Amino acid sequence: MSSVALDVSRFAQARQRRGLLALSLFGAAFAAAFLLAVGYGAVAIGPGQSLAILAAQIGVELPWPFTAQQEAVLLAIRLPRALIGVLVGAALAISGAALQGLFRNPLADPALIGVSTGAALAAAAVIVLGGSLVMVTAVVPLSLLLPLAAFCGGLATTLIVYHIASRDGRTDVAIMLLAGVAMNAITAAGVGLMVFMSDDQQLRDLNFWLLGSLGGATWDSLGAGAPFLVIGALALLLFARPLNALLLGESEAGHLGFRVERTKRAIVVLAALVTGAAVALTGVISFVGLVVPHVVRLLAGPDHRLLLPCCMMFGATLLLIADLFARTVVLPAELPISILMACIGGPFFIWLLLRRRRGGGW
Amino acid sequence: MLRADDIHVRFGAAEVLRGPSLAVAPGEVVAVLGPNGAGKSTLLAVLAGTLRPQQGEAALEGRALADWPPRALALRRAVLPQHSELAFGFPVLEVVLLGRSPHAGASSRADDLAIAVACLAEAEVSHLAHRLYTTLSGGERQRVQLARVLAQIDFAQTDGGDRPRYLLLDEPTSSLDLAHQHATLKTARRAAQRGIGVLAILHDLNLAAMYADRLVVLSRGSLAAEGTPVDVLTEDLVRGTFDLPVHITRHPTRGCPQVVPV
Repeated sequence: MSSVALDVSRFAQARQRRGLLALSLFGAAFAAAFLLAVGYGAVAIGPGQSLAILAAQIGVELPWPFTAQQEAVLLAIRLPRALIGVLVGAALAISGAALQGLFRNPLADPALIGVSTGAALAAAAVIVLGGSLVMVTAVVPLSLLLPLAAFCGGLATTLIVYHIASRDGRTDVAIMLLAGVAMNAITAAGVGLMVFMSDDQQLRDLNFWLLGSLGGATWDSLGAGAPFLVIGALALLLFARPLNALLLGESEAGHLGFRVERTKRAIVVLAALVTGAAVALTGVISFVGLVVPHVVRLLAGPDHRLLLPCCMMFGATLLLIADLFARTVVLPAELPISILMACIGGPFFIWLLLRRRRGGGW
Repeated sequence: MLRADDIHVRFGAAEVLRGPSLAVAPGEVVAVLGPNGAGKSTLLAVLAGTLRPQQGEAALEGRALADWPPRALALRRAVLPQHSELAFGFPVLEVVLLGRSPHAGASSRADDLAIAVACLAEAEVSHLAHRLYTTLSGGERQRVQLARVLAQIDFAQTDGGDRPRYLLLDEPTSSLDLAHQHATLKTARRAAQRGIGVLAILHDLNLAAMYADRLVVLSRGSLAAEGTPVDVLTEDLVRGTFDLPVHITRHPTRGCPQVVPV
């Protein structure tokens, strides 16, 4: 009996150690990526200087001198861009993790099941047909209509895919992915039509949406999108316990006293909300929601109470680093971030499938 | 009392349950028997509150299951599923701790751990505590799930106070070797001694005869027989329900009926 008791305290300790290790590791990586992202560029700003500039805004003086030019660049250009990267990366990653848990499907990703492209189609329709939507734009300003449309497009596609793949409260993994493929094809056709109908300026705007970029980041766009992303992502954090129970299955989670249908609806709507808002801010950025939870699980394990916050930090880190590459590798031009993410995400996806085939599990 | 009255369930055109009634009292083990497709699992889903019948009502302590808040219900009845797979590799001890979810806030972490460890021991899977669930065999998974539902229902407590407790087991022995089939039903008996009402779907008539207080036989969605093993397990009933000619003998030491196919 005493050996069993010993065993348990070791288990509790090991779990705590793993949690602290994961949180501090992902936290440190995030802090480093953030300072690197705001510091690197035509005007170099050291990590200490970045901290000093930020501290100066709240009246605290740090022992690193900086120039007025550095301050202006950081505050006007780098900071909003980095913050959008943080919010979008964190939100996409946590919705990916939540969808994977909800669907009990390790391959679920907002872009893979058509949510992002659905959102992009709706946004594209607003861009191209916006001129003829005078009636609507008279009531709702275009700057609000775009994110709203992206959100509705994302939600609609999610519900369609979910409906196709679910029967008797069970979601079929293969069917859902195939439904995602079909929805991606359909929305791609819609987007193609929008491209075909667009003029030069609209085409330029469309490209931004379809390839994704943090380049449009301003304090204004951040202000419009941030509330949705922050509230949506934080709300998803609250579902860690029901998501753990859902790993057992939907009816099992119900037997454990969780309101499964309510939880499912809430998670799907929140994931569509943050994905829609993310697409509205930066266009379609694929694979963040797929890659991040898998990498985090390797270190933090599948417990959502640890997984979700770690995913937020690592999602932000990944997007900051990807954006750093996107804006520096082909100077003075910018590489669309989607191209980068697809270069990482595609091979990663194949690696997942191969690992699964060897019986390694997810 | 956990009871179902005059339950009718249709899936499309197929009428799966045609009005059987069933009750489980605290402290008894009831075995539900019947051929494939008789509606056993459907009846269990109705009693679990997962499935709402088109007609008839399932109630716990006189209150319709649908009117119970999910968490209050979860504190009073646990359900062992036929199969349970995990999408991601959770350690076994964590899986059992999930059974403590409805007790969140009312039970400390240390108590939860102690209960989980005791339930792992009861289900004879202590040695697997640190393994990943996804690496276990079918039978091992079934025993871990048993430990989880035992933890949910506070198996170790000798009485639930004013909280009646029920355990619904859907084919708890389907993946188990002979020794563990008996171990699982002995656990069910111990649960009954502690005031838990146990309902188990079983395929092995002899196992049911040895451990159950009462047998309920379903056939094509209706009640074919109900009563003590001695009353229910007759050659006529088994031939009629299972379409199998049998002899009924007595267990050499326990005296309960045993079914031998001829």
